[in-house]
Amino acid sequence: MFKPESANMSMTLTEKLLARASGRDSVQPGEIVIVEPDVVLSHDNTAAIATIFRQLPAGTVKYPDRLAITLDHAAPPPTAKHARNHTEIRQFVREHGIGNFFEVGRGICHQVLCEEGVIGPGMTLLGADSHSPHYGWLGAFGAGIGRSEAAALWATGQLWLRVPDTMRVTISGSLETGVTAKDVTINLIGRLSSEGAAYMAVEFAGDGLARLTPDSRAVLTNMMAEMGAKNACMAPDEVTWSWLSETLERTRPEDSQARLDFFRDQALYPASDAKYAIEHELDLGEIEPMVSCPHTVDNARPLSSLARRPVDVGFIGTCTNGRLEDIASAAAIARGKQLKARLLVIPASSMVLRDAAAAGYIADLVDAGATIGTPGCGPCMGNHMGVLAPGEVCISSANRNFRGRMGERDAEIYLANPAVVAASCVAGRLIHPADLV
Amino acid sequence: MTRTAHRVWKYGDNVNTDVIFPGKYTYTVSQDPEELARHALEDLDPGFADGVRPGDVIVAGRNWGNGSSREQAVTCLVAAGVRAVIASSFARIYYRNAINNGLLVIECAELADSVETGALIEIDLAENQLHVAGEVFSFPALPAQVREIVAAGGIIPYLRGATISEKM
Repeated sequence: MFKPESANMSMTLTEKLLARASGRDSVQPGEIVIVEPDVVLSHDNTAAIATIFRQLPAGTVKYPDRLAITLDHAAPPPTAKHARNHTEIRQFVREHGIGNFFEVGRGICHQVLCEEGVIGPGMTLLGADSHSPHYGWLGAFGAGIGRSEAAALWATGQLWLRVPDTMRVTISGSLETGVTAKDVTINLIGRLSSEGAAYMAVEFAGDGLARLTPDSRAVLTNMMAEMGAKNACMAPDEVTWSWLSETLERTRPEDSQARLDFFRDQALYPASDAKYAIEHELDLGEIEPMVSCPHTVDNARPLSSLARRPVDVGFIGTCTNGRLEDIASAAAIARGKQLKARLLVIPASSMVLRDAAAAGYIADLVDAGATIGTPGCGPCMGNHMGVLAPGEVCISSANRNFRGRMGERDAEIYLANPAVVAASCVAGRLIHPADLV
Repeated sequence: MTRTAHRVWKYGDNVNTDVIFPGKYTYTVSQDPEELARHALEDLDPGFADGVRPGDVIVAGRNWGNGSSREQAVTCLVAAGVRAVIASSFARIYYRNAINNGLLVIECAELADSVETGALIEIDLAENQLHVAGEVFSFPALPAQVREIVAAGGIIPYLRGATISEKM
């Protein structure tokens, strides 16, 4: 059948990324394609994946240089069982010669792989972690998979994916003071529901995006996991390139320019005539501070409707909101005050911790009475380092507030932006930073 | 092909993987089916683990299995003997994990309002139909390859059944 050349060109960013990953000129929503991802991510679940992998006849990892492994979900290990799990993973890394291995203390997989330039614009990652849509802030494709699929990928280098329909969210305007990208996502998920983008790609666009920092952009793509999205992405721009240039210079000075040149060569951009299944528009100026109330992320309410709810403990961290600007905003609020509720701050990576210390943010937070944890996931999924007691109320900058998520089914988790978490710990109750006296 | 009969456990919308299998166990729990089954639905229905019998099915509302990618949210049900999850809709990673571990997943938006816990349901995979108290519900046929993977008991036994290049 005659196929006009333009049909190949009018692809969304996700379609272009999946066409590249499957070695095709073009793909269409609904098609099943076999992709060869550039990166296969796993973390503390690596030992469990290896157990499955050993049941396969392959025996060897097909592309050891495509694996990336971090120890972050229970790090440092809280029990001997967790420690043994890490030992098994280190043994696997040695046995199979995995170069991209990041030890306890380096930080959360999604932050570390971006900082280290393991993945960049135009590339594809499949991760045994549900927040893998994160990588789209760099213009990459990232999607979560299960452990069996990760094992199959180690053996074959390939996996089938259905090309998703794309939802475009066009962003205009600027955020008001005290409002962040986190509020944008809670607002969006509250309106569209936790399955609002089920099986879909979400592509962010619009002139409002240009005014968002790299740290904020990562919140947008990361949180789309909570809207059911397969992946989320945005086209790289000058903000992206500046961040990559500065960051790679620090993490891999020996080849930072070559890596940056590779990323520039790989970068993909959506076609101007791409077809979107659903379009949403969002004016940043209309967003107010938002809170996800127990026990679902889409149970979203304006903070103004909830103020005065007493809180026992706050948590600032995770792949969603544990970056430098998050810790900076918390430090600015805690500076010179004494916290009424406990506050746990866990930087997303060692680089974030180092920068936060150098800028004096860590001192501000410690002086106010906050606890600082080892870079990693912390108590986000209830493993360790600050799990909740029955009846406790937690205000958190993380991404999930499901019942039992932080280790105790009879605790309540409210999700908000880091400034709201810090202000609420100063006041001992839910409060907007601007309302602190 | 004959119909198979199953006892129903009924749950609502948006059941997430944290309440199906708590995250605090994910890096230390063994692959031992008995241990996995003991934690099944721990934070959703404390009576499930003791009451479930081999062959039972779960019927649920929208977005079953949203949240984490943890595969134990599937394997704990397989270990508990659950034959199928029939939901109005599934979260995408859960849907993949279920197929890859041989757990039958059936999307049927109409069923959830028609059954309660303890009901008996008959599954007819040849006709793609569900029978409940004289009522019949249809569901979309699963692709042939998906049925083969489920029948093999999951993607790992499926891949072991032939050389990998043939199957991928």
